[in-house]
Amino acid sequence: MLISLTDINKVFNQGKHNEYHAIRDISLQIEAGKVTCLKGSSGSGKTTLLSMIGCLSRPTSGRITLNDEILSGLPERFLTDIRRHTFGFVFQKFNLIQGLSVLENVMLPAYPLGLNHKELKASAQKLISHFNLDRVMNNPVEWLSGGESQRVAICRALINEPQILIADEPTANLDSWLSQEFMGLIDELRQSGKTILITSHDPAVFDSSVVNRVIEMQDGQILQS
Amino acid sequence: MIDFFRKQAYLIDFTLSSLLRRKGKNFGLLLVYTLIVFMLASVMLFTHSLRKEAGIILQQSPEIIVQRLVAGRHALIPSDYIEKMGRLRGVTSKKPRLWGYFYNPVVKANYTVMAPDHLELSTMEVIIGAGIARTIGLGIGDYFTLRAQNDTFSFEVKDILDKDSELVTTDLVLISQKAFRIITGIPEGQFTDIVLSVRNPREVRKVAEKLVQKLPDIRPVLREEILRTYDSIFSWRQGIVFVLLIGALLAFVIFAWDKASGLSAEEKREIGILKAVGWESGDILHMKFWEGVIISLSAFILGYLAAYLHVFYSSAVLFESVLKGWATLYPQFRLVPFIDGLQIATLFFFTIFPYVVATIIPIWKASVTDPDAIMR
Repeated sequence: MLISLTDINKVFNQGKHNEYHAIRDISLQIEAGKVTCLKGSSGSGKTTLLSMIGCLSRPTSGRITLNDEILSGLPERFLTDIRRHTFGFVFQKFNLIQGLSVLENVMLPAYPLGLNHKELKASAQKLISHFNLDRVMNNPVEWLSGGESQRVAICRALINEPQILIADEPTANLDSWLSQEFMGLIDELRQSGKTILITSHDPAVFDSSVVNRVIEMQDGQILQS
Repeated sequence: MIDFFRKQAYLIDFTLSSLLRRKGKNFGLLLVYTLIVFMLASVMLFTHSLRKEAGIILQQSPEIIVQRLVAGRHALIPSDYIEKMGRLRGVTSKKPRLWGYFYNPVVKANYTVMAPDHLELSTMEVIIGAGIARTIGLGIGDYFTLRAQNDTFSFEVKDILDKDSELVTTDLVLISQKAFRIITGIPEGQFTDIVLSVRNPREVRKVAEKLVQKLPDIRPVLREEILRTYDSIFSWRQGIVFVLLIGALLAFVIFAWDKASGLSAEEKREIGILKAVGWESGDILHMKFWEGVIISLSAFILGYLAAYLHVFYSSAVLFESVLKGWATLYPQFRLVPFIDGLQIATLFFFTIFPYVVATIIPIWKASVTDPDAIMR
């Protein structure tokens, strides 16, 4: 077991008139080396849960452990360190930095590590080649198609060689052909030993044979696991 | 340590690309910032150089000027006062002077007319300052007219004073003592004042005290007092310009504060992305620190350089009338460049430091927030 969640709650604007209970008492285990999909409609709480697992936000209550290390109480700089070395993120709208080239976007997560520039560039180029993006390597990311942008986002997520890849609604902005292609890439990553966590309400994702486990969510709770 | 420097290089690289990505906004800020530094630095450089210049020129002037007072007003001093002063320890020379002001209604300017005893001028000859020559359009051999004592006196221009001394000689007219007495009606044996040279500057005050004890109706004016007066005049004028610039300064402060303290939605989102992909709050603070340093330092260097050229190569055309004074005969001179370390440090502190701090605070607020919350 890689990630364990125990009695997780997330409340936004706690104590205010617009208080919102996004996650309610969720307990869950995620296995290493598998593809797990959080399925549910918009507002079901899957993105919130994913951001807490990926240390992008903290639970209001409950405990999250990663390889038996408790994450929920760690100070920010430790969380950043875990985020940097353990997780790679692919966001729904890709969240690439506009104005930067493909290569610069891919190298970006490694900047704070102060790596040798030649080595870092070589690693980024290797990833870009692997995902068939050589042709657009020096183009600004705003020139790319949806599929290309997503592959850049995957490259960026993998540059620090994370153990776990987190993808939030990765096919929401792709057509069915590109969605299939994405699932092929996920399969490839799973076979290389990565643990993959995806949120989606797209059948092309949760019905895919690549996915090992589907967890259905509704109103901040797990409906079916 | 190598990793640290590499990391800073990456951060600076990213900062530069961020600045270029928002080049319209950042260029506008840089322009306004540079303009403010330029204006402040121009005033500071100009007044500082004027003070220095005046100080250097006054170094050659006598240490003590002795004036006679009658009923609290400056009156003519008889030549026998030199004997009355007696022998004063430390005083190397005592010379009587003849000088005064003449108003020329045509050019609406006052001339300073002096009759030095060391110049060999006939009663019909005159030496004039460059400002007068320029204003009336006179050259050597032309005739210069002074109206006084209900009469008009014409003199042939023998020479025009050197441009290098224009700061103090622009309105100067030198004539012979005989001519001066004719046009002013000052009788023989009477002078405007007496100047004393004192070898040891530390004895100047003591000599002045002794003079007042011996001759109670005189007023000794010390060179250091004149220097102080120059200083306060230039400080006063500098103050006036600064007051005039307050509006511009306030506008800049509001603009810079707004730019520095208010993060746009795009900037916030970018911080969220950087944190999500593994940047620490400290990395983001470093990056924004570099951004502040690059903008403010560039503005400082460009503004200061422009001010330097403006003051020392174009004679501060924008501020000269306020800073030099309101005389009709403006001196035209090129100031010798003086750079004061303390002055640069003061300007640096008041222009760079507040901007960098104003930039860091909002970024710090954003960077300590959970990435998910920022991106949402």
